[in-house]
Amino acid sequence: MSDLQLKDLYDGFRDPDTIKAFKKIIDEDAKKLEHPINIMEVCGGHTHTIMKYGIPQLLPDNINFVHGPGCPVCIMPKERIDHAYVLSMQEDVILVTLGDMIKVPGSNGSLQDARSKGADVRFVYSPLDCLKIANENKDKKIVFFAIGFETTTPMTAALMDTVIKQDIKNIYFHINHVTVPEVMRELIDSRDEHVDSYNHQIDAFLGPSHVSVISGSKIYEEFPRDYKKPVVVAGFEPVDVMQSISMIVKQFIENRCELEIEYKRLVSYDGNKKAQDLINIYFEKISLFKWRGLGNIKDSGLKLRDEYAKYDAEVIYKDILPIAQIEDHKLCICGDILRGMASPPECTIFGTACKPSTPIGSCMVSSEGACAAYYKYGNLL
Amino acid sequence: MCLSIPSKVTHIDEESNVCTVDTMGVERKASLDLIDQPVVIGDYVLIHIGFAMNKIDEEDALASLEVYREIIEKMEEEDRRQAILEDDNCPNRG
Repeated sequence: MSDLQLKDLYDGFRDPDTIKAFKKIIDEDAKKLEHPINIMEVCGGHTHTIMKYGIPQLLPDNINFVHGPGCPVCIMPKERIDHAYVLSMQEDVILVTLGDMIKVPGSNGSLQDARSKGADVRFVYSPLDCLKIANENKDKKIVFFAIGFETTTPMTAALMDTVIKQDIKNIYFHINHVTVPEVMRELIDSRDEHVDSYNHQIDAFLGPSHVSVISGSKIYEEFPRDYKKPVVVAGFEPVDVMQSISMIVKQFIENRCELEIEYKRLVSYDGNKKAQDLINIYFEKISLFKWRGLGNIKDSGLKLRDEYAKYDAEVIYKDILPIAQIEDHKLCICGDILRGMASPPECTIFGTACKPSTPIGSCMVSSEGACAAYYKYGNLL
Repeated sequence: MCLSIPSKVTHIDEESNVCTVDTMGVERKASLDLIDQPVVIGDYVLIHIGFAMNKIDEEDALASLEVYREIIEKMEEEDRRQAILEDDNCPNRG
């Protein structure tokens, strides 16, 4: 076998000639389509790639994207951010979280605001960084505000595993892990209920990349089978996305409806069994999890199993965590955007009152949010 | 943004189950606690928030690249053919 050079791999998946070659194939195949097709990319990473590389402009008019709810920061409801805010304001607590979570406004402000009021809020690149913080601050309680889909859940489970094995006394968990198939199902079902009120049908899905590395493609089986929506699990590079679109278009013109994997270099049908086992040891489903803009979705969230309640910040701090339900901002249409019923430019406050420096809705906060991607790359506006 | 740049394993600390990886010249450490298959130096892995998530099958990666190359070669051939046809029909030919 020849040596695989990193540069070859990297450049190969961004190669303009390859992208153009796929464009030609898609253009030819799309002429044979009986009706236009709308493809929902579930994952925020795909939204970012699609916008950054201008993929919509490369596609024929009868292939459109619908942006899905796959950004863990975007779908976090204010109620959960308020939990984090309250926890962070405890004198003996260091609140630790990932990504853009720190910037998302709750009803009292963001975690960044809490920090400006003296709270010890820290952003880390890996859950394992909690171990170092805990070791250096033995008189403090480290609360890990865990976020993300199937992708990041096993990392939280691995931290939990280490905490137990090393008998670490000052790390606690506030779990906000959510699952992809349940929200995909909700999007299809809820749209069926509002058939007159949406203007973007979902005809097929681009399956998330990293989620599928962990869970395997098997979690999407029901969508081609029961809902007649093809799913192609796609990698993040523009060539991956173009190839995946080509695979979806071919399914339509060949009258197939299947679950396929484009991202074979990393995704298998069964996924990462060790990671799945670790998740099952520590987590169980909760009956309802509220998604920002989408409301309560059945079985879509996880919690620590009861036997680990002594590590569960939601149990320990039960008496001080707010329980009030909060409405989303009236002018913000993040919910419709996450549902694929509207596109960011259709929002009256997009780019005016709501922009990355002053986000009102969560889709503008995270760089993976559809609004932020449109704002950053959407020169077409 | 989730990147999926392959990282090459350059060192493994078996005691801590942590590997050192090189990602396009940037070196960092990652836990191997989620990896469900043997990893050796020289393997390619996908890193996400401090963990190796999975090995990247070198053969699969090369095969994918080969597919793209084949497409390009095919398209170029068609392009060439198209160019010749167009040239044949070129209104500027005297």
